[in-house]
Amino acid sequence: MTSGGRLSRPDEQGRFGDFGGRFAPETLMPALAELEEEFEAAWNDEGFLTEFRRWLSEFVGRPTPLQEARRLSEMLGVRVLLKREDLAHTGAHKINNAVGQALLAHRMGKPRVIAETGAGQHGVAAATAAAALGLECAVYMGVVDIERQALNVQRMRLLGTEVVPVSSGAGTLKDAVSEAMRDWVRTVESTHYIIGSVVGPHPFPWMVREFQKVIGEECIDQLAELPDVAVACVGGGSNSIGLFYPLLETEVELVGIEAGGEGIETGKHGASITAGRPGVLHGTRTLLLQDDEGQVQEAHSISAGLDYPGVGPEHAYLAAAGLVIYESATDREALDAVELLSRTEGIIPALESAHALAWITRNADRLQGKTVLLGLSGRGDKDLATIAAAS
Amino acid sequence: MNGQARIRQILGNPTGPALLPYLTAGLPNPAASVELFAAMAEAGADGFEVGVPYSDPLMDGPVIMAGGDAALAAGTTRAVALDILRQVVDRTGLPALAMTYANPVMQRGWSSYAADVAAAGGSGIIVPDLPFEESEPLRASCEEKGIGLVQFVSPTTPSERMEKVAAVNPAFIYGVADMGVTGERAEGSPHARALSERVRALTDVPLVFGVGISTPEQAAALSGLADGVIVGTAIVRRVLEADDAKAAAMSLREIVGQFKSALAH
Ligand SMILES: Cc1ncc(COP(=O)(O)O)c(C=O)c1O
Repeated sequence: MTSGGRLSRPDEQGRFGDFGGRFAPETLMPALAELEEEFEAAWNDEGFLTEFRRWLSEFVGRPTPLQEARRLSEMLGVRVLLKREDLAHTGAHKINNAVGQALLAHRMGKPRVIAETGAGQHGVAAATAAAALGLECAVYMGVVDIERQALNVQRMRLLGTEVVPVSSGAGTLKDAVSEAMRDWVRTVESTHYIIGSVVGPHPFPWMVREFQKVIGEECIDQLAELPDVAVACVGGGSNSIGLFYPLLETEVELVGIEAGGEGIETGKHGASITAGRPGVLHGTRTLLLQDDEGQVQEAHSISAGLDYPGVGPEHAYLAAAGLVIYESATDREALDAVELLSRTEGIIPALESAHALAWITRNADRLQGKTVLLGLSGRGDKDLATIAAAS
Repeated sequence: MNGQARIRQILGNPTGPALLPYLTAGLPNPAASVELFAAMAEAGADGFEVGVPYSDPLMDGPVIMAGGDAALAAGTTRAVALDILRQVVDRTGLPALAMTYANPVMQRGWSSYAADVAAAGGSGIIVPDLPFEESEPLRASCEEKGIGLVQFVSPTTPSERMEKVAAVNPAFIYGVADMGVTGERAEGSPHARALSERVRALTDVPLVFGVGISTPEQAAALSGLADGVIVGTAIVRRVLEADDAKAAAMSLREIVGQFKSALAH
């Protein structure tokens, strides 16, 4: 089953078409079933929704602006609209989901939360939400990422969160997710796992999408007219699904941009939809970078947030159903795009978000005269060391 | 005798629970691997969990993870691991189960993987990230090839769910003796007795405890509660810490002997 349209929620087994599901150790299975029930109840509870919306407006600063990038548009001949998630509290879209899940943990009576992080943006978001709600928090982070995102490590510590270094594997996002899950297997009775993207076992991909769809919903309210194209970067896929989901039933062309790393042909990239095959990672069936024996391969990307060999199962479904187009941008293109947006608009974007802008500049010829909505998922302060090292 | 029956046979021992050591295939290297299993057989092991290494073992702690990485680095592909399993069965005459994760099985194909294990003389398969809701295709393939599939229950598993697990007649029920992933614990499990009582009240399917059983004393405490005990981290650690294969075999003979006597009633 690969055709069909937008799925308001996955089926009983947590599937989006052939993807998704719940491939988890038995110890977690009852907790996942409970989480599904609790989320469902909360999401249908006007009281919870009101509280979530209040946090989004007072604490996160939503709605985030939708801004026309005037100088950039003029230069490219393409009308570019920026959805400014970089202006959300803590500097990225990750806070929408972190606040939603922290509120849910609070409602479930769990005193402790854990999270994984790559770029550190989700770790900071989880640490922030935990501090604001008085929850204990530990964040798992690969040793390589701890080094390349040192600023965010300091922020988390200042917020009272324990940052747990993960040295297994390549010491990046995949390993951090695995370690967070191992923690959760041990502590599930007292702890909620605030997963940072639309990945993991059901109900996470669905729940995180529900918390992030506010991005696209606001765009629809803010726009007099729908754009021709909407484009966003895809790591696990949360900012992109948040932007795309409300637009799936419109005529807007949707484009997700994966990490092209050093180039798809080099094998050093994070483009699991472009170059992966179906498999199971971190509790879900999705598209994965893996060898013939099913060993999961390391992803490569200059941006820690896209450095992941899998992708959310709903994206795998949307790709198979032809509802969203997925392409990639390289490290180099992303670096150039960071500089371009900085100099034309006075906005330093996250390296992750810059991948989506790189696609616009590369395709400017065919986009002439069109309106393109760019999901600017985060700000680039965290990346300054990486950018300096690369130039 | 088919694989499932063979497993049930060693779990029906009146003198005490069966001892099933876990060891990753291919340690310290593929050529020396079989000797380690043979040493454990001589010291009283009743059967084996043979680990087929995987890049992202979610249910495993740092020691078994390191064992898997070392085995992969030493060239332990699926075919190599299953060939080691075949040699272990030939050499020791004991039943052996292949233990791996969902993705490598899925990539090979449920049915082909079951066929590979059966052809190697394996008695069953253990896949800790394949809960019973997702295990139907592999279970059907295992049944067809005459081998057993193991299903898990944990201290968090509600009784209605346990009933469903028992209803699919797994080769045995793997009772997760303690919360958490594989690894050593200073204390015995506070959950094991209650879990055993709940499983026994529901079904006659044999119960085998694993996860966190790292000393002979902890194993002894389980001896009235289960039909078998799986010891993994304590075994893999000895292999990783040994200077060479010969030292590893000696060390395993010693520890397996200690576990075996601890389990005898
Ligand atoms: C700014 C920013 N954008 C995008 C991502 C990628 O995640 P996702 O695909 O879930 O939006 C991250 C992840 O850390 C991020 O920090």
